[in-house]
Amino acid sequence: MAPILEVRNLTVAFDTPAGVVHAVNDVSYSIEEGETLGIVGESGSGKSVHVLAMSGLIPRPPGRIVRGEVLFQDEDLLKMSPARLRDIRGSEIGFVFQDPMTSLNPVLTVERQLVEALTRHEGLGARAARARAVELLEMVRIPDAAKRIKNYPHQFSGGMRQRVMIAIGIACRPKLLIADEATTALDVTVQAQILDLMKDLKRETGMTLVWITHDMGVVAGLSDTVQVMYAGRILERGPVDAVFASPRNAYTWGLLQSLPTAERRAAGKLHQIPGSPPDLMNPPPGDPFAPRNTFATDRCRTEVPPLRPAPGSTPDHLVAAWYDLPALLAGGTR
Amino acid sequence: MKPEILSVHDLTKIYRGATEVRAVDGVSFSIAEGEVLGLVGESGSGKSTTGRLVLRLEDPTGGTIQFDGKPIHDVSQSAMKPIRRQMQVVFQDPYAALNPRMTVGDFVGEPLLIHSVCRRGSELRDRVAELFRQVNLDPAMMKRYPHEFSGGQRQRINIARALGLRPRLIVADEPITALDVSIQAQIVNLFKELQEELGLAYLFIAHDLSMVRFLCHRVAVMLKGRIVEIAPTEALFEDPRHPYTQSLLSAIPIPDPKLERARSRINFDRDAHRFAPDDRLVEVAPGHFVMGQP
Amino acid sequence: MAQFFKSLAKSRMGLIGFTLLAVLVILALLAPYLDLPNPTRGDLRARMVAPTWTGLFSPGDHPLGTDQLGRDILSRIIHGSRITLTISLFAVVLGGIIGVTLGIVAGYSGRIVDTVLMRLVDMQMAIPLVLFALLIVAALGPSLTNLIIVLALTSWTRYARIVRGQVLVLREREFILSARAAGAGPVRIMLRHILPNVMTPALVVGTLELARVIVMDAALSFLGLGVQPPTPSWGRMLSEGRVYIESAWWVVTFPGLAIALTVLAVNLLGDWLRDYFDPRLRT
Repeated sequence: MAPILEVRNLTVAFDTPAGVVHAVNDVSYSIEEGETLGIVGESGSGKSVHVLAMSGLIPRPPGRIVRGEVLFQDEDLLKMSPARLRDIRGSEIGFVFQDPMTSLNPVLTVERQLVEALTRHEGLGARAARARAVELLEMVRIPDAAKRIKNYPHQFSGGMRQRVMIAIGIACRPKLLIADEATTALDVTVQAQILDLMKDLKRETGMTLVWITHDMGVVAGLSDTVQVMYAGRILERGPVDAVFASPRNAYTWGLLQSLPTAERRAAGKLHQIPGSPPDLMNPPPGDPFAPRNTFATDRCRTEVPPLRPAPGSTPDHLVAAWYDLPALLAGGTR
Repeated sequence: MKPEILSVHDLTKIYRGATEVRAVDGVSFSIAEGEVLGLVGESGSGKSTTGRLVLRLEDPTGGTIQFDGKPIHDVSQSAMKPIRRQMQVVFQDPYAALNPRMTVGDFVGEPLLIHSVCRRGSELRDRVAELFRQVNLDPAMMKRYPHEFSGGQRQRINIARALGLRPRLIVADEPITALDVSIQAQIVNLFKELQEELGLAYLFIAHDLSMVRFLCHRVAVMLKGRIVEIAPTEALFEDPRHPYTQSLLSAIPIPDPKLERARSRINFDRDAHRFAPDDRLVEVAPGHFVMGQP
Repeated sequence: MAQFFKSLAKSRMGLIGFTLLAVLVILALLAPYLDLPNPTRGDLRARMVAPTWTGLFSPGDHPLGTDQLGRDILSRIIHGSRITLTISLFAVVLGGIIGVTLGIVAGYSGRIVDTVLMRLVDMQMAIPLVLFALLIVAALGPSLTNLIIVLALTSWTRYARIVRGQVLVLREREFILSARAAGAGPVRIMLRHILPNVMTPALVVGTLELARVIVMDAALSFLGLGVQPPTPSWGRMLSEGRVYIESAWWVVTFPGLAIALTVLAVNLLGDWLRDYFDPRLRT
């Protein structure tokens, strides 16, 4: 079966007065229908930018698609006309963003905002659209949906607003739902509820989900596949069990190691990744993580490692590294 | 038992606006010399307000605060000045916490000038350089401006400033929340090192329970302005008694796919929850208090 | 100092503004020493002469024409710049100092002080300009200094409102809380932390005020404040020349251009100054 989304060599740059920011560098991957992909990274990793770029949501200028193809159901999103992209956004690709306060129009009722999406993309008449809107709010478990649909965004709590965002995102039954740090601004108990909701929705609708976050725990609970990004590149990618059990990239390993667990509490000190995130205007040659990587070899510092299957793991576990992490760790080289 | 450096009793803060908001509602706790108390809660819990009340950046509506045995809840702002030498703060947002128009060296040295600890000139510069080194920053960067530093570096600058006066207590209000994950460990390690080296006490306000578990000796959980559970760290995490604490712990994502799939959430409806009129903190185990009926 | 000129040289707009302003100031300073026709006494036989340009400055030549009393307009503009520039720059600076100070105090102090000061602003803005000027003339007399005072006092309110708004936002920022937590008193905070961060909007208001103030002095000289004819001032030249716009366009156009050029110069310089003071843009 053809993948629902195929990204090939996507490279995006931003032209600023201070210089060119190389935000996304040669990113290639594909997503199967029904899969949940968790994309993990920190600020500057390119995790959000590449998704926004492929959906036509970055301002150009200063943004610039340097090269690449993004095939959504065999059509290249990057070559589409803005009108066609607008048609696709909302109806076939849904979005949920981080801050519901700014993503929702504060002067329109929730009903208006849902109905707008429904009439535009699904061609429903007013009465049918209103009925479907209430259905959607019920799907995202908002209590008393028929009454609350007439409320304004500020009358909802943060978690509720995010549920409304999700309802808008799935309103037109998109094949692909992209959530960009959708729970980052929420309380941890609210986040847990939203994540449970996403799991239920996936079961009910079978949609493909891309979940972008910086939280390894969230990715572990929600995704089938995890993709670790750094400085605009994919450093590691694979089935979530394989990557967490046996990370092959030093960055992935470092991230997991620096999380406080029982063993590290006993040790009294957290493992820390030295240094700071790279300057995207002057990215280091070679492996972008090399300057902070205690396992880096000379080759890492000069040549960019390709994303290849990790030896000894499942064939879909890919890593970009010149070094063999399990061997280095087993050899006692810390 | 080390002497208490901070003691808060029945602390209350009510905001009277269109509706009355009881941001902090009868909170009591104490911190001993060299101890790290974690104050945990979600939005609306009152934890940040508690931190500001302790620092007297806001005035309490009721209750008492004692620093080193002396009451500070009702003294004037100018009388607070000598106390402020011993009690410092590190804020959450490393960007907003620095004056964008001041060099970082001047910023770190300012408290020393305010309290006349150092004279302007080489004495001040040397002390600032020492502080920079203490937080693993290159003193040569003293003359730069905040925008030239990364988030983690700015937080170090904030910590350096807080250390300048050799305080005995530091109130840290979500100091790592705004930082990238790979930097958080660096800062938390720094906090721990400084605490061990200098014998500092912390009031560590956070919502990230896993970091709290790593750093704190005792933890207090806040809900709607009150402390619902307070216990030594391991006791709280191993044996949470209050339903809200339990739901909070069950909501933390664990970076292990197998464990995540196996767990079940404990739900707690914050909105529906109401405190009973005679709810108090009851000791259920040595040092472990839970809000409930006596 | 060297830093200042080096970064000025890098900014094209700033350099243009600075040069323009420098030329105006130098001309103003040199005015009495230049060989210009008498700006106050005109040759009635040469009234309303259109601009003539023979390529050389020969006597009898009027490159910008003459006005209704036969006075050479170029000469009046150059001489007039002395008055106009002095008055307007002093008034803007004085108004700025008063306005920024009161704005910071209002924004940072408690509700009572804030309310009192803002009502003061309202009162000041409610008094009609003419009435206010008359009051000052009656109280203090019609001198140049008093004209500057009047202009400053009608100007400060604009700074105060904007600065106060900015301060209200700033005072909740964490670096202010950090300063309070370190034991800094309100005076130190206002001077060291708030003032540098409100300079930008203050500078913007200042450049806008300059244009307003230059034109205002014409209105006020009707009331006996400031310069009296035949001493030239640009604002007065504008208002007197208005009626001749169809018959002798040069009488009002050239003073108008002079004002426009000065305002442009100050705006360009002001833009660059704003950037210069912002540490984020300096590196």
